[in-house]
Amino acid sequence: MTFSGELLAFLCLALVAVIGGVLLLNLTKVVHMVVALVFTFISLAGIYVLLSAEFVAVVQVLIYSGAITIIMLFGIMLTRHNDTSEPKGGALKKIFLFLGVLGFGVAVYIGIYNLDFNPQATTLHENNTEQIGMALYSKYIIPFELTSVLLLVALIGAIILAKNDNKKEADKE
Amino acid sequence: MSSVPVAAYLTLALILFCIGLYGALTKRNTVIVLISIELMLNAVNINLVAFSKFGMIPSITGQVFALFAIAVAAAEAAVGLAILIALYRNKKTVNIDEMNDLKS
Repeated sequence: MTFSGELLAFLCLALVAVIGGVLLLNLTKVVHMVVALVFTFISLAGIYVLLSAEFVAVVQVLIYSGAITIIMLFGIMLTRHNDTSEPKGGALKKIFLFLGVLGFGVAVYIGIYNLDFNPQATTLHENNTEQIGMALYSKYIIPFELTSVLLLVALIGAIILAKNDNKKEADKE
Repeated sequence: MSSVPVAAYLTLALILFCIGLYGALTKRNTVIVLISIELMLNAVNINLVAFSKFGMIPSITGQVFALFAIAVAAAEAAVGLAILIALYRNKKTVNIDEMNDLKS
């Protein structure tokens, strides 16, 4: 592994992503946690560019750091969010969970740390969007159309679930 | 040829997945639990895109699959938020440990 610009970019982006995740765990205010995760999402878009997936990177910025962050902020603002009190008596549970997650991480790391498939040169970075479009509209046309049905179902379901159907309360407001 | 090995990308995805898992299991606010699940899905997307470039047979399929995963994750976030708001309207709380109606 020689030192190069790609490695430097990877290290910086990975550092920002992990710092965002750690801030998510350690901050106390909920809004700050969500804003910390925006750093993670944007640096993951940079990681996708390094992996020659430019279209996925743009979609990542649009959907994750745009749409999902905003909808989560709306969810926080619409509910009670100034409650920063700690749950009572959860220290032992947290320690056990931390050990469990750490054990899971070590187990998977043992499996992947020297994984190598002898990578050959790829052409994924040439006309990336065109390749994705060709694959979507020829090989994956049925899943693509099913995704539209899924999004419609999610849209209608979310509206019906969040709708205020209590007549009395609606009159009061 | 690329100077960053595939194991580095997989390790980054593993670290983010572990952070998301720990956050989803320990955090008290339901919105933070949902967004931790989004972080886990994102870590899986890194794996898909990394294998689409460094896998045994590099192809565009991994990126297409990552796009489908992003679409499903967005739909899941919207429905999760709707359920959370309906629950908040009825119980006036967003804390996970107070949603124990099924406990007798």
